[in-house]
Amino acid sequence: MYELMNNFINFRSIRRLSYLMIKKFQEYLKKKYTSGLSSILLKLTLIFAILFSIPEISYSQKKPALSWAADAEGNAPFIFKDPTNMNNIGFEVDIAKAIADELFMEALFVQNQWDGLIPGLQIMNYDVAINGIEITPERLSEVNFSTPYYITHVQLVVLKGSKIRCLSDLFGKDVGCLKNSYAERVLLDTAERGPTAIRVKSYEGEVNAFQDMLNGRLDAALVDAPIALYYASWNPEFQLAGEGIGEMSYGVAIRKSDTLLLRNINNALASIGSKGKLKDILMRWNLWNQSMRKYLNDYSESNIPPSEFKKYLKSQGKAKTFSERMQGYYDSLSLFGRAALTTIQISVTSMIIAIILGLVIALIRIYSPPPFSKMATAYIELIRGTPLLIQLYFIYYVLPTTGIKFTPFLAAVIGLGLNYAAYEAENYRAGLFSVPKGQMEAAISLGMKRRQALRFIIIPQALRLVIPPITNDFISLLKDSSLVSVITMVELTKVYMQLSLVDYDFLGNGIIVALVYLLLGLPFVKMAKYAERRFSVDKKRVVQ
Amino acid sequence: MYASQQDELINVKGLHKYFLGNHILKGIDFSANEGDLISIIGRSGCGKTTFLRCLNCLEILDSGTIHIAGITLSRHLNHHITEENNPSNNKKRRVLLPNLGMPKEERLDDDFRLKARAIRLKVGILFQNLNLFPHMTVLENISRPPMIVKGENRDQTVPRAIGLLEKVGLEKFMDRYPHQLSGGQAQRVAIARALAMSPQVMLYDEPTSSLDPELVQEVMEVMINLHKEGMTQIIVTHAMNFARKASNIVIYMEDGKIVEQGHPDEIFDNAKDQRTQQYLSIL
Ligand SMILES: Nc1ncnc2c1ncn2[C@@H]1O[C@H](COP(=O)(O)OP(=O)(O)OP(=O)(O)O)[C@@H](O)[C@H]1O
Ligand SMILES: [Mg+2]
Repeated sequence: MYELMNNFINFRSIRRLSYLMIKKFQEYLKKKYTSGLSSILLKLTLIFAILFSIPEISYSQKKPALSWAADAEGNAPFIFKDPTNMNNIGFEVDIAKAIADELFMEALFVQNQWDGLIPGLQIMNYDVAINGIEITPERLSEVNFSTPYYITHVQLVVLKGSKIRCLSDLFGKDVGCLKNSYAERVLLDTAERGPTAIRVKSYEGEVNAFQDMLNGRLDAALVDAPIALYYASWNPEFQLAGEGIGEMSYGVAIRKSDTLLLRNINNALASIGSKGKLKDILMRWNLWNQSMRKYLNDYSESNIPPSEFKKYLKSQGKAKTFSERMQGYYDSLSLFGRAALTTIQISVTSMIIAIILGLVIALIRIYSPPPFSKMATAYIELIRGTPLLIQLYFIYYVLPTTGIKFTPFLAAVIGLGLNYAAYEAENYRAGLFSVPKGQMEAAISLGMKRRQALRFIIIPQALRLVIPPITNDFISLLKDSSLVSVITMVELTKVYMQLSLVDYDFLGNGIIVALVYLLLGLPFVKMAKYAERRFSVDKKRVVQ
Repeated sequence: MYASQQDELINVKGLHKYFLGNHILKGIDFSANEGDLISIIGRSGCGKTTFLRCLNCLEILDSGTIHIAGITLSRHLNHHITEENNPSNNKKRRVLLPNLGMPKEERLDDDFRLKARAIRLKVGILFQNLNLFPHMTVLENISRPPMIVKGENRDQTVPRAIGLLEKVGLEKFMDRYPHQLSGGQAQRVAIARALAMSPQVMLYDEPTSSLDPELVQEVMEVMINLHKEGMTQIIVTHAMNFARKASNIVIYMEDGKIVEQGHPDEIFDNAKDQRTQQYLSIL
């Protein structure tokens, strides 16, 4: 936690510094030039300055915080967006809060991609992860787990009217499951022992498997029981086949080093278990089952209604009217707006890094002696030859193991900036090469040093040539910025996924998010066109 | 002998230059006094441009001595094929480093580099294709280089630039960009740009070859006026008329050597060398 705050402070001072630098740069520009090029730069830096003067959210609070991570893009009933107000809800939200209350702490939610929950824990981005993480020997070798907070099983889901009833009916069939899940292991084990193969298809999310079943690509899906309950049980097109299979336990993931926290959380779990608080939560979400009865040794009858489950069903069951839909879109606009701001902050900052760093790399590549120019070339090839996604993972999850740790924003901006710097370097190189060599000669013959000739004669001309391609690159960067959701930034695409998964309205939300991207890109498309007109080489060369 | 060399503004001895292993300049001896207007004539490819570029140190001589305005550059390579000239070597460099118009100075020592730059400051050159800076106005083309190179400030260089523009008759064009000028005007701006560095010697590489005949006059006049003011000028030209009328010395070059030099009348009417006669006769 301390570290998290520390990073926050660092980031703040960096912001301050960059703001001062921008101010200085602006003054310099105002003094030095009045040409069209610099006025564009001026506007760019102004935009940058405005973006960074946005007041930041303050994290101040009285109680100490227990930061817990989950993927809000995940599924009901674990953690998902309340369709009515877009708050994060789910039984794990309730459990996290109950644990925190028990410890006299404040539960502080941290969004994190599901795949990255354990890596994120290890690089200290949060204290614990609570998100349907099954306790397995492999995971236990990396992190500690609390005692289970929920025990459940996997459930076969089939199309209405299907004859499949149990695992042994699956041979020779196409069966879907969540990748890296208990269900996947069950299927693979069964397949090994069976007479004919089971064609196991692993999906990123169970919902995709259900969709594929409707599309006729799957005969059955094996999913965690809560998922079956929330996504298939009420749906007239599906039916649950047979009894629950096997047993799996979800636990709170805690760093190996945090032994005290582990003890505290186990105590808290024991306490909410014995007080009936855990049962209360599970009852409300309609998740109370035989395994939990046995585990908590609580066979008492209680009449707590499954209120949250009912609420969920209500939001799912009935089709929305047109005006309800529109109201929903309208309500989501502020979420999209905030995400758009994040997208712009990330894109503009990383583009500025790319523009400056790209020039340096290009100059080193062209004008430095071999060891350096070769290094620059190697950098460009390495970056262009590897996927951006991997680079982002590397910066966010691998570098911290060597002690270099960035906030998600910094990691995103550095990742995108370093990546695009390689592309910009190539743009600059093309630009520098298309400045006629006589220009350098003329400058040298007037007595300029090489550095002066570059700075005053060659680079200004090259810049004009590269403004159109760089502006175009910015538009693609805007879109590539969607990749940073993998390192927990909640930007446009992430919000789109979160909202769409609430009611599977990929189309409506898709249109909105597409419009927002278009809107964001539009000024830059315009700018590229303007720059092309303004700085077109052919025009400059024409003798009038 | 020694004393006379001190009087001469330019003195070149045994200048050799190789390109890609080809011997281009084959031992040039040359001298010029202050105020001379020298025309260099000769067949295409005989090395005239290369000679001018060596004088301005845009090409680095391979051996010989160049003495200009009190600065002496000397270089003596033993091998005809040096590392820098070896064709195979050069091919390699070509691939890695396309020629960006920079003299390959990296391998020269600091002293040599300093001297080369000092010479460039005293010698102005006008290229065949002028290479005005397209991103600067006419006025900036003339006033900015002294600010960059000599650290002079705007208050000094702008009035001087305007003065030079008046001299070449272009004060009205100072806010235009190079692409908005005619060929003759661009030529005169390029001259003014070189003059703004207050050189002691001006070199011109075929200053009028790309101009319409009626524009030639306006450029020539600038050079004749400079001659009257005492500027030392060397002009590579194919315009025999101009060479004859304006210059006080004409040099005939062939195959990387100076064949003959003398007063224009002497060369044009009374050439001693057979090669000169032959060249002039086919014109
Ligand atoms: N950078 C270079 N690399 C290789 N060879 C060159 C280079 N510059 C000139 N040469 C060669 O040197 C020789 C002399 O060239 P130079 O340009 O000096 O001739 P010139 O007398 O100026 O001809 P012209 O009257 O056509 O301008 C030519 O054969 C040319 O091919
Ligand atoms: Mg020539």
